[in-house]
Amino acid sequence: MDWGSILENTLRGFVGEQAIYFALAAIGLNIHFGYTGLLNFGQAVFMAAGAYGLALTVVYAEQSFWLGIFVGLFVFPVIMALILGVPTLRLRADYLAIVTIAAAEIVRLFLRSPKWDSVTGSSDGLGQYADTFYEFSPFEPRTRYGFGPLNFLGNQLWVVIIGWIVVAIVLVIVATLVRSPWGRVLKAIREDEDAARSLGKNAYFYKMQALILGGVIGAAGGLMRAIGTQSAQPDNFITDVTFLAWVALILGGAARVFGPVIGAMILWGVLSFTDTFLRQAVDQDIIPTSIMEGTQVGQVRFMLIGFSLALLAAFRPQGIFGNRDEMALDDR
Amino acid sequence: MPGRTSLLRRLFASFALFFIVAGEPIGLLAAQDDSTTVSGRFRSRGTADDGGDELFEGVSVVVTDASGAEVATAVSNADGEWVAVLPGAGDYVVTLDESTLPEGVAVREGTDPATPITANVGRDNPVIIPLGERVASDSGSIKMVQLFVDGLKLGLIIGMTAIGLSLIFGTTGLVNFAHGEMVTFGAMVAFLFNVTGIFGFKLTLILAAIVSTLLCGVAGGLFNQLIWKRLRDRGSSLISMLVVSIGLSILFRYVLLYFFGGRGRPYRNYQIQKVIDFGPFSLPPKDVVIVVVSLTILVTVGLLLQKTRIGKAMRAVSDNRDLAESSGIDVEGVVRYVWIAGGALAGLGGVLFGLTEDIGWEMGFRLLLLMFAGVTLGGLGTAYGALFGSLIVGVLIQMSTLVVPSDMKNVGALLALVVILLVRPQGLLGKSERVG
Repeated sequence: MDWGSILENTLRGFVGEQAIYFALAAIGLNIHFGYTGLLNFGQAVFMAAGAYGLALTVVYAEQSFWLGIFVGLFVFPVIMALILGVPTLRLRADYLAIVTIAAAEIVRLFLRSPKWDSVTGSSDGLGQYADTFYEFSPFEPRTRYGFGPLNFLGNQLWVVIIGWIVVAIVLVIVATLVRSPWGRVLKAIREDEDAARSLGKNAYFYKMQALILGGVIGAAGGLMRAIGTQSAQPDNFITDVTFLAWVALILGGAARVFGPVIGAMILWGVLSFTDTFLRQAVDQDIIPTSIMEGTQVGQVRFMLIGFSLALLAAFRPQGIFGNRDEMALDDR
Repeated sequence: MPGRTSLLRRLFASFALFFIVAGEPIGLLAAQDDSTTVSGRFRSRGTADDGGDELFEGVSVVVTDASGAEVATAVSNADGEWVAVLPGAGDYVVTLDESTLPEGVAVREGTDPATPITANVGRDNPVIIPLGERVASDSGSIKMVQLFVDGLKLGLIIGMTAIGLSLIFGTTGLVNFAHGEMVTFGAMVAFLFNVTGIFGFKLTLILAAIVSTLLCGVAGGLFNQLIWKRLRDRGSSLISMLVVSIGLSILFRYVLLYFFGGRGRPYRNYQIQKVIDFGPFSLPPKDVVIVVVSLTILVTVGLLLQKTRIGKAMRAVSDNRDLAESSGIDVEGVVRYVWIAGGALAGLGGVLFGLTEDIGWEMGFRLLLLMFAGVTLGGLGTAYGALFGSLIVGVLIQMSTLVVPSDMKNVGALLALVVILLVRPQGLLGKSERVG
């Protein structure tokens, strides 16, 4: 067992790119669910909107990277939120859950379809649209920069730094918003929609605004991922991605500003640890291949996700750091 | 035969096609000079009367070069094999003359009779022109009838699995995302008894299906008793139970993947069947069985719900839980029966779904979204609504292939779900009460 590399990978999971992407996705979900009580199970579709907003603008429409960022952040996700919200926000919470999960699959099937291969690149997706982003990097792309046991390639380091800056900015915005009168209306709707209505608040519009805001933040996660990997593929946005973001949110505690970030860091720390640990155990025949093969390691990750999601929801609905009085999965 | 699985998968992917015909290399090496050969074989696997391959003689192909000039022609022999000699390496187009194919056979839908090929010198260059049943030549209305029947079949399968989902929602308020995994579980248990065998002892599919249905009923009951009843007793909210069901759905799905593997596999003995012609439409015998079995089961379920005490109690609890409880119905007992029946129906539905396509780890999850569409369309929480909505969804999916590519056919059903929520959120058969 090479504990050094296990430690390194765990740390990388903790602060690396994946934690950033999912922190942003989970912050978006926190706006939806934590503050407004909307059950969005299609966060992957907002991430896809961000990624494809950029990729389509640059690769297909041959416009600038910056326009792509704008489209990916503010055009595609807003349209998506309107399409999802208009039919469902007047209905009970579980309808939104069904519709969002279905919508995420619809969009993924659209993007996968060979019919529009010349536009979307079908299942191969689109790539190499973020060169502008890396031109600003002060780091040498191929040099490794070390920080104790951690090290990143120049380009990765640039993504990680910008990513955490984006997370910080989003957190400041969220913290300000949820403490504002607007944020208090959201919480009022979450606690008792009828009461909020009877005070003259248009719950539908507030819910729609929350859906859009959370969607845009989720799209920022998808954008960061699309920039970091320089490729946008439909299968990066399967429903399991949404569930990962949910685990991150519930792990950290809904309706807490820092909850989703801490949740995403713990989630990816644990996932990277188990991945590396199991892979080494399989390689070194500590676990015989009759029980587990190399390809099955990734499947264990998802079992772990499902199991922890179920356990958390059943026994600790307020999350590890959540405050039960403020928000638990239980209320509505 | 490594190529066979993928061919089979393509076969099962397209409900309308029952022939499978492939060109295969026949190992003729080209002469020593620059000239080379292309070759292929036209046949339909396992559809002859004796169960062997049907071989197509006298089918002619024309080979043209990059400029479109004809360079060679060939006609298939009694074994269905053909060879054309080409002047040299390069890019050619092999075009099949469809009029020389036997009646009822055509180039498979979606493929071009003109197949481009890059020929190399020094070896034979096999060309595969996939053939299928002649669908396009039928008049539009006949094709629509066929798709309608295929859609009804799919709708019956969705309906059978969705009744449990809807009744569970009606009686307990739980939107059970793990219901799809019950479907996969049912299909895989039957696979285990049918193909893998227990202690080397393999059951026929019919027996395997019965065993699987019973086991899924038991599993459904246990699932309720071990997890959901406890959560209800603890006073967990519906939302947290919904999230628990999502977590369990992921957990079960990947456990099934872990043990089954990622490759889809079919049941024994039912892979290829000769179709039975019913005039405007035709079905292979297994599809007839699917339709008959599911109709019988669904009518029985309907009668049980309508006539028996427990059936009436189920509907009563589904209608108004508090009222049912206060009029002396043992609600927890009813819920237990709902879970057992829902599990068994999902398991049987899984076996039937597995007959129409390969058994794979994601089949239940894909079906789950269609179940949601059906259940929402018909009215969440009602048994008949679930069935009615599912039939519409099934037909909609198959008929939509008339206008959209077949890999997008599920999109129509999911879009219908969104539209119905806009127009009539309580569903077609649901009571119009406020659901927001």
